Amino acid sequence: MEHRITVTVNGVPYTAEVEPRLLLVHFLRETLNLTGTHIGCDTTSCGACAVLLDGLPIKSCTFLAVQADGHSVTTVEGLARDGHLHPIQQGFKEEHGLQCGFCTPGMMLVAKALLEENPDPTEEQIRWAISGNLCRCTGYQNIVKAIQWAARRLREPAPAGR
Amino acid sequence: MATKLEELGGVGVRLHRREDDRFVRGKGQYLDDIKLPGMLHMEILRSPYAHARIRSVDTSRAKALPGVVAVLTGQDLAAHNLAWMPTLSGDTQAVLATDKVRFQGQEVAAVVAESPYVAKDAVQLIEVDYEPLPVVVDPRKALEPGAPLVRDDKPGQTTNHIYHWEAGDREATERAFREADRVVTLETHYPRCHPAPLECCGCIADVNPATGKATVYMTTQAPHAVRTVFALVTGYPEHQIRIVSPDIGGGFGNKVPVYPGYVVATAASLLLGRPVKWVEDRTGNLTSTGYARDFHMKGELALKGDRIVGLRVRVLGDHGAFYADAQPTKFKIGLFHIVSGSYDIPAAFCEADGAYTNKAPGGVAYRCSFRVTEASFLIERLVQTAAYELGVDPAEFRRRNFIRRDQFPYRSAFGWVYDSGDYHRALDLALEKLGYARWRREQEEARRQGRLLGIGIASFTEIVGAGPSHTFDILGLKMFDSAELRVHPTGKAVLKLGTRTQGQGHETTYAQIVATELGIPARDVEVQEGDTDHTPYGLGTYASRSTPTSGAAAAVVARRLREKARKIAAHLLEVSEDDLEWETGRFYVRGSPDRFKTIQDVALAAYTNFPQGLEPGLEDVCYYDPPNLTFPFGTYAVVVEVDRGTGQWRPLQVVAVDDCGVRINPMIVEGQIMGGLCEGYGIAAMQLITFDEQGNCIGSNFLDYLLPTAWETPRFELYETVTPSPHHPLGAKGVGESATVGSPAAYVNAVIDALAHAGVRNIDMPLTPDRVRAALESVGLAE
Repeated sequence: MEHRITVTVNGVPYTAEVEPRLLLVHFLRETLNLTGTHIGCDTTSCGACAVLLDGLPIKSCTFLAVQADGHSVTTVEGLARDGHLHPIQQGFKEEHGLQCGFCTPGMMLVAKALLEENPDPTEEQIRWAISGNLCRCTGYQNIVKAIQWAARRLREPAPAGR
Repeated sequence: MATKLEELGGVGVRLHRREDDRFVRGKGQYLDDIKLPGMLHMEILRSPYAHARIRSVDTSRAKALPGVVAVLTGQDLAAHNLAWMPTLSGDTQAVLATDKVRFQGQEVAAVVAESPYVAKDAVQLIEVDYEPLPVVVDPRKALEPGAPLVRDDKPGQTTNHIYHWEAGDREATERAFREADRVVTLETHYPRCHPAPLECCGCIADVNPATGKATVYMTTQAPHAVRTVFALVTGYPEHQIRIVSPDIGGGFGNKVPVYPGYVVATAASLLLGRPVKWVEDRTGNLTSTGYARDFHMKGELALKGDRIVGLRVRVLGDHGAFYADAQPTKFKIGLFHIVSGSYDIPAAFCEADGAYTNKAPGGVAYRCSFRVTEASFLIERLVQTAAYELGVDPAEFRRRNFIRRDQFPYRSAFGWVYDSGDYHRALDLALEKLGYARWRREQEEARRQGRLLGIGIASFTEIVGAGPSHTFDILGLKMFDSAELRVHPTGKAVLKLGTRTQGQGHETTYAQIVATELGIPARDVEVQEGDTDHTPYGLGTYASRSTPTSGAAAAVVARRLREKARKIAAHLLEVSEDDLEWETGRFYVRGSPDRFKTIQDVALAAYTNFPQGLEPGLEDVCYYDPPNLTFPFGTYAVVVEVDRGTGQWRPLQVVAVDDCGVRINPMIVEGQIMGGLCEGYGIAAMQLITFDEQGNCIGSNFLDYLLPTAWETPRFELYETVTPSPHHPLGAKGVGESATVGSPAAYVNAVIDALAHAGVRNIDMPLTPDRVRAALESVGLAE
């Protein structure tokens, strides 16, 4: 009853035989050992498991791995490039946007999708965009600032010579 | 130009966190991220009933499922004398139920399988024959004659009454009430809520059959205490037990107790000789692990004129099926007798009774120092009520009754000695920043227009940092904490502590302490915690105790090394120790500042060129027993608007003034305060674990148990005053919980203030729209 699927994760295609009921979050965490995607609630409520499917956020704890067949998934491990942090990762560091770090991967990926759609969001737009992701530590204010920091950095023209 | 401390990343610097690098890359290592070779997976079967006798448990179908390795029941554990375990409050708790289940979600059996999916499948195949019994979920009804007896397992236990406990001076308090010219009363329920850290609880037990070594990776805030408890309960030799607390996805008190799942997984690993992982799901977390609060409280103030002359409090604690509060042994309701708060009250008395009900056990200190939250809430609500009855402005009434700055150290009527404070200054700053007078005028204007604005204040005082050991212990273990500092030959250091961070940023802040005391840059200090084989003994991180205890230990051990370093520096410079002056990072010869040795020079010499007769090396350990607790304080001021139609309310402004003494890393302090203000808002507005008459838990998942999101969470404005603790080596106080403790009363006071002119004095939390709507209707304010 196993299904053969091919999912491109962080730019790398992976093919695997999976049970039809296997959740995407378990495919990522257990099959591919990408443990940066977390599980917080099992009910699509907290967003700790959020990843990007073809660039758009989904909650991978209620999404089957077979549904991702043929699609492209971005996880937190795919944010940094050549060892350099993505501006969103930098923003979370700069603005103290994380404490325990458990919600952080999901928050950052949702922020990435937001900023790709809207490079200059208002505070309200940011709060709305991350309202499907729970954080129990920060009170959200510094997460908002972190995303604003990243938005500013991403809007800056690329340095000459690059 | 950057100062020396800024270069080093010392105390007071807004240093970015060292731990962030791995977390933003998704490279933290939380419990569920750990995989061991040959690891099995455990799933727990939980009771659907709140109260039922177990007639039989049939595990045959579950055992027959391919991939299932073992199924354990209460009877299996009973054969090893492990079906019951002690709680942190001296009671017993079922590990797996044998006789009956006493709350919905209770652990009944466990499956161990090759994969988590198979384990979940197999749990469904266990057949339990239950005989449902009458249920009691209200502690008041639980204490009535004829109530269903929850704990018929306990010899001599004929009612659901657990304890009666008193604090303060009953006689003096009764006298104060007799002589009072006015008595103000408030009855309220601080509802049951759940800390709900984003990561659930879990463990991996790995008992090595060859060596006998039991390594248990566990989501625990107190690894050393857990190791000792494991040893005492099972008789397993303590040196053969290693508890490792990996990165923790939030704790908030929920990860202090020892849960049945930990015990069963460890027993399973011992029996099977393979590692066993157990990670609860969210429903398991919300229905079976440490809840918080659930106190029915009645408070009375005796007034003479506008002065409080007496305080009398009655508490009924609902402890669920097992009395498992995480708290110091001496106290039945934690530190609740801080309930006189920030006020100079000459006579006070508090009495409490506890009841068993068919609800989950727990009573953990949810971002709180052992019931301080309930106490702070009650006194701040009571003071506001008194102000209304007297017709005095609530801020002014507080000012007239505060403990004054010149009264510190202050001994409260309950015997606590407050270390330092300046309550008037914090209140005045909060009111100034809020624009209090302006808001009062706007409130008047709004009322004329038919709108409801409310202004709420809470001027809290906390009591955090347990020990001292003469008063505080957990199951006999004294509440000190520790730090071990090793400076390597190249001047880099490792600092190991008995506490365990769960997001508080210890890897950064503790290094800042060493940077300040020894002049080694914070980036050169690695902080290690959480592994009982490799860190010194300590009681762990909860109740805002890390900075007051291990933080103090880090400062003291660094100072000890500095004194040893002085001897080595004197040897290197060929002068007497008395001729040396210390400035951060180096010793120099008095009068010749060009002749110096840096701490790095000294570190190298400690291994290569030390004076004969001096012990080589540069390391030491400090076990710090604090002389007193620390008493952080502050004022939170909130403005809300209440919708007369829907009963919804919305914070318009939230101002927080916190005084936690000297701030080691202001950025991290502010982060913790904002997190607490958000949790306080959640508790005031929506977080509720409740039960129907059959004991079904309402709030068993995040669709029913509401937590604040970024959308409705208000913006926070933070300010500070600094009143150092006189006894802490750095002048610091704990702060991680101040805002969760102090802010619920501010939010509730604000909503009540919006309705107070019509006579509303109380709405029990959480202030959901239906409850506020009912209050509006009761006084004719509803639209």
